[in-house]
Amino acid sequence: MTDSKYFTTTKKGEIFELKAELNSDKKEKKKEAVKKVIASMTVGKDVSALFPDVVNCMQTDNLELKKLVYLYLMNYAKSQPDMAIMAVNTFVKDCEDPNPLIRALAVRTMGCIRVDKITEYLCEPLRKCLKDEDPYVRKTAAVCVAKLHDINAQLVEDQGFLDTLKDLISDSNPMVVANAVAALSEIAESHPSSNLLDLNPQSINKLLTALNECTEWGQIFILDCLANYMPKDDREAQSICERVTPRLSHANSAVVLSAVKVLMKFMEMLSKDLDYYGTLLKKLAPPLVTLLSAEPELQYVALRNINLIVQKRPEILKHEMKVFFVKYNDPIYVKLEKLDIMIRLASQANIAQVLAELKEYATEVDVDFVRKAVRAIGRCAIKVEQSAERCVSTLLDLIQTKVNYVVQEAIVVIKDIFRKYPNKYESVIATLCENLDSLDEPEARAAMIWIVGEYAERIDNADELLESFLEGFHDESTQVQLQLLTAIVKLFLKKPTETQELVQQVLSLATQDSDNPDLRDRGYIYWRLLSTDPVAAKEVVLAEKPLISEETDLIEPTLLDELICYIGTLASVYHKPPSAFVEGSRGVVHKSLPPRTGSSESAESPDTAPSGGPAADQPSVIPTQGDLLGDLLNLDLGPPVSGPPMATSAVQMGAVDLLGDSLMGGSGGSFTPAPSTTAPTNVGAPLGSGLGDLFDLTGGVGTLSGSYVAPKTVWLPAMKAKGLEISGTFSRQVGSISMDLVLTNKALQVMSDFAIQFNRNSFGLAPAAPLQVHAPLAPNQSVEITLPLNTVGSVMKMEPLNNLQVAVKNNIDVFYFSTLYPLHILFVEDGKMERQMFLATWKDIPNENETQFQIKDCSLNADAVSSKLQGSNIFTIAKRNVEGQDMLYQSLKLTNGIWVLAELRIQPSNPSFTVHPTPACSHPPGAGGHVPAVGPPQLLVVLVPAPLSLSRGEGGTAPVGTAEAHRGVPTVKRCPRGIP
Amino acid sequence: MAERAARPGPGTAEVFVRAPGAGLAAAALRARGAGPTGAGPVGGRGLCGEPARGFAPPQPGLAAAMIHSLFLINASGDIFLEKHWKSVVSRSVCDYFFEAQERASEAENVPPVIPTPHHYLLSVYRHKIFFVAVIQSEVPPLFVIEFLHRVVDTFQDYFGVCSEVIIKDNVVVVYEVLEEMLDNGFPLATESNILKELIKPPTILRTVVNTITGSTNVGDQLPTGQLSVVPWRRTGVKYTNNEAYFDVIEEIDAIIDKSGSTITAEIQGVIDACVKLTGMPDLTLSFMNPRLLDDVSFHPCVRFKRWESERILSFIPPDGNFRLLSYHVSAQNLVAIPVYVKHNISFRDSSSLGRFEITVGPKQTMGKTVEGVMVTSQMPKSVLNMTLTPSQGTHVFDPVTKLLSWDVGKINPQKLPSLKGSVSLQAGTSKPDENPTINLQFKIQQLAISGLKVNRLDMYGEKYKPFKGIKYMTKAGKFQVRT
Repeated sequence: MTDSKYFTTTKKGEIFELKAELNSDKKEKKKEAVKKVIASMTVGKDVSALFPDVVNCMQTDNLELKKLVYLYLMNYAKSQPDMAIMAVNTFVKDCEDPNPLIRALAVRTMGCIRVDKITEYLCEPLRKCLKDEDPYVRKTAAVCVAKLHDINAQLVEDQGFLDTLKDLISDSNPMVVANAVAALSEIAESHPSSNLLDLNPQSINKLLTALNECTEWGQIFILDCLANYMPKDDREAQSICERVTPRLSHANSAVVLSAVKVLMKFMEMLSKDLDYYGTLLKKLAPPLVTLLSAEPELQYVALRNINLIVQKRPEILKHEMKVFFVKYNDPIYVKLEKLDIMIRLASQANIAQVLAELKEYATEVDVDFVRKAVRAIGRCAIKVEQSAERCVSTLLDLIQTKVNYVVQEAIVVIKDIFRKYPNKYESVIATLCENLDSLDEPEARAAMIWIVGEYAERIDNADELLESFLEGFHDESTQVQLQLLTAIVKLFLKKPTETQELVQQVLSLATQDSDNPDLRDRGYIYWRLLSTDPVAAKEVVLAEKPLISEETDLIEPTLLDELICYIGTLASVYHKPPSAFVEGSRGVVHKSLPPRTGSSESAESPDTAPSGGPAADQPSVIPTQGDLLGDLLNLDLGPPVSGPPMATSAVQMGAVDLLGDSLMGGSGGSFTPAPSTTAPTNVGAPLGSGLGDLFDLTGGVGTLSGSYVAPKTVWLPAMKAKGLEISGTFSRQVGSISMDLVLTNKALQVMSDFAIQFNRNSFGLAPAAPLQVHAPLAPNQSVEITLPLNTVGSVMKMEPLNNLQVAVKNNIDVFYFSTLYPLHILFVEDGKMERQMFLATWKDIPNENETQFQIKDCSLNADAVSSKLQGSNIFTIAKRNVEGQDMLYQSLKLTNGIWVLAELRIQPSNPSFTVHPTPACSHPPGAGGHVPAVGPPQLLVVLVPAPLSLSRGEGGTAPVGTAEAHRGVPTVKRCPRGIP
Repeated sequence: MAERAARPGPGTAEVFVRAPGAGLAAAALRARGAGPTGAGPVGGRGLCGEPARGFAPPQPGLAAAMIHSLFLINASGDIFLEKHWKSVVSRSVCDYFFEAQERASEAENVPPVIPTPHHYLLSVYRHKIFFVAVIQSEVPPLFVIEFLHRVVDTFQDYFGVCSEVIIKDNVVVVYEVLEEMLDNGFPLATESNILKELIKPPTILRTVVNTITGSTNVGDQLPTGQLSVVPWRRTGVKYTNNEAYFDVIEEIDAIIDKSGSTITAEIQGVIDACVKLTGMPDLTLSFMNPRLLDDVSFHPCVRFKRWESERILSFIPPDGNFRLLSYHVSAQNLVAIPVYVKHNISFRDSSSLGRFEITVGPKQTMGKTVEGVMVTSQMPKSVLNMTLTPSQGTHVFDPVTKLLSWDVGKINPQKLPSLKGSVSLQAGTSKPDENPTINLQFKIQQLAISGLKVNRLDMYGEKYKPFKGIKYMTKAGKFQVRT
């Protein structure tokens, strides 16, 4: 009697039959019926119609029956939420059962039922179970919190389960600790900014203790959690490494790899001179080798990770070349990975062995593998210079075999060898030409044509060879067509007399008969070049090409460093950072290797803050490169056009655009309350944070004369820009705005030909001069540039208001990023409003355009504040003292003529300021009409268009302290307005 | 797609006006690097084996269970079991797997990680069954793959064999076991000892008893070991005969080249134990030459500190069968090669007949007999048939798969076994390009080829005198001879 009988019910009336059996009086029959239902479920049959009947079987003492019913419930509760509620009572009762197994089972099953109504009932039992005396119940409850969080995150937070979960990290039972860590990690993944796993030396110590005692799976959770910790100095890093090292001997390969991740990351902090560093390197090799004797699927993942490790620290496995030799019955995916690592490990010392192996592989049966093996020989030639000659002769041997696909691959790689070692191995060209007819793959044909064109002067019958390709020009793939075009033009430039006809033929084929724009464009360019300036044509077409190097195959160092932090994850399998495949940039915390230093200072600096910590808020606001890409595709990278004609209208437009949806034309003279509630908040946010910056008076006093300058932040990480890193900030000095940039070349090649361009933005910011980088930027070099800006560019409202999208070009590519500029760089020097005007304007500001927020922890008196603000072109119009509080009245004007008025209340005993900024609007006679104010819910913003004749105040240049921004806490209370 | 949704605003597209001549400038740039690949990579990225398909975006908001669902798929592509630990994932997700399965020439070559638009599929292939796990968020793939292997091991442990038929026959037990192994995608109980206390394995006797008495095969008590300091051992174990057996089993992986010299050789060793001892015994196992073991993986029961300091294995053993440790010896001079193969294979160019001759002989066997010898070799496609005579054993050549296998049996050093004869090639085809590789299997009893020897086994903590036994064995792992 086996379970297969459960599948053999009659087709007709199956459900009906089961229904009858489920309602049977006999216990045994009931159980058999439930088993039949479960069996149907396992093969994907829909048995949800039996829901009420199955649930009726739930109240039983028979544990097996109970479990079976629970299994059913988990599967179908979602589709029958109303019915599922019937089960709640039994669950709640079971949570009180004296048997811990049943308590745990109940809480576990309840968590799996994703029905809102049920989760409400879950809270109380869960709270009890989290504090249960039995660790088995506690550990089950810990996971249940993660389940509940997935269904209703708010509920979990409101009920305080997160705190209870954090407490469980200190539980006496290691299994409970492991599950709590797992649950917290899972929750933290969906809330990257929440500081759930607050790692400090004490909690790390607890985790390390639990690590030794919990199950293998728990060890993985704990190790992955440890990897996110940033030790404060090298001694702490070493002591953690010492305690993690024993995990390398674990039988579970996932534990081993997680331990490797922790060690690889923390090793970065250890000094290379340390004895321990050497010991650790030695200890890492054997476990990695052992992973390769596991099942093929495990091997594959291990090999992908070893590929990273080998690139980061080649010294670990440099003596282990042989374990990567391919066995003929390895699965193909293992073979290819091994091949790749063999090339990475190839060096002068072992190249003979490697070549012998590769030649052996080239005679295998699997065509794909043979091709890769042949390519690998070429890569070896490029990587190990001393072996190039041997590689070439090996390739020639392979060409002699006349096996079609081997010959074609060999020709493709020989072309690369030519590009690495020009004028060295051209003697083999004759042999290559013999095989011309057997080439049928586009890549091989293209390679051959390139060789013929490149060395046309040495091949007597080059014109005949190329002509033979030309016959079937239209049947060739684009790759071959392009190559043929270039090769014939090269030939013509080298031997102009004999090939005039040929070149005309190919140019007409390319430009007149082809539908391919790439081909046509290239054809036209050549044509024009040849007809206007043959000398220039020669310089362009026959220009010296950069040598290729092995490094083109390596992962960019910055990406590699990030990937090292993701060892053992999917990211490491795909060699892409999670940000590349997690939708949007929100929710991804960039991980970085710790700096190699023992000082605790640098570990605490914001740039190297633990990756678990909140990322800078910029990345979450700024659209990713990809977003911009589509929009900016038509970018012209020439020097910016700064024509005065458009300026005036642009400014006008700016004022209008700034108001977004609530724009009311230039018609009436009355204020219109803002109908939109979404747009205004965006106006408020940058303004508020900008004010926060300015008000932060606790920091050191700036030495520059001019307004507040924020510290430079990274705008474009090197990873996203093929090695170009851009960081910068904005400043305003004596009436001019500038963008201070630092360009750093983190790639392996020299960068040159820089240019910059802004997208349209809210205030028409545009570069006032082209980007001047005088010398090419060598690898690992940085250059500081101050780019002057003006505000006469074209205007478009951005979201958020102070968002600026920038495109930077260099010789490699065009990169896009966006950043937020501080609003105060737009505060003009003549922003002091005349007293009477201020008073009149203030009164006219409608209430809904007003907002209020607090600036905390600021311990300056009114005069100091006033002088500091003046430094940033925020002028004090009046000051008064009410009930012991200083009130300051301020005005400022933006570059596009919009005025903002503010009231500042300073309570002497309380270091918090209440700001009451009321961007002003007055209606002076003769103005073109009132532009209505946008009323953000909290910030009162009244906007005045530019053409106002207001009195000017004196510009001040007092230094302003700088520090990070403290954002004011908005309050709803309104304060009295008016000026004495 | 989401990136598009996050665009700053609808008006942005028209922002940068394409200046006249811009397209031309770009084209000129392209023309200058006129090499076939421009400044592109040598050899191409393809070597990294990256999948052609785009990336599946694990959705951060939905990030949840580590293992979402499990599908069991047989060789003909039928899903015969599905288990979901969270919400139900439609089985249509397996279509991506089937696609990959179709692309792969053999079942073994199906890639273990397959991205789909919303999930990742991680699979292992064992016993002609694909175990496909569906995951949705960033999880360590090794974690999932290890777990899947553990599932297979558990099935094997429960039912003796792991096959489609046996899984279907025990589908309810399978379902119950899977439910115990994972909770919300987190491994819950994977130790077979604990699982067997929770869900009793089916036996004929139990089935009969259950039917009569109405009792169940689900344990209703919390397994005792699960939360103790020694989670791998239950309390109150009792035996009348107390015994502890250890098997030292070594497998040699080697590649031997044409001329008979060793290209690579390494030993994968394990010590499997069968311990049936009453109470809470504390065992120590010491070796004559522990320095051989520099790359070891232990069962969690082994006290690592003691090993580090004294090179002694000290542990409280689990009850029953378990793997105490596995080790790896790769230092070339330590790996003795116990057999050699003399071969003379030639596919003559002109005639359609080739010559084939192989002889197998013992090399470094420390005086022990090599037995269970089996020679297999994949012949080139152009081989039509082989006419061979063995000096001992039986041989088969399958003209369809072109696989030659020769069951040699024992090697008698006085009279070396050989297989001789002719090869007929397809008429008109040229000489095959590839040389067949010879795959060798063999066994040597009472020998650990690395020379590892157990010194003594002691027991503390219990009064009785157990019966102890150690067995050694050497086997061929992936032992290949190139011709």
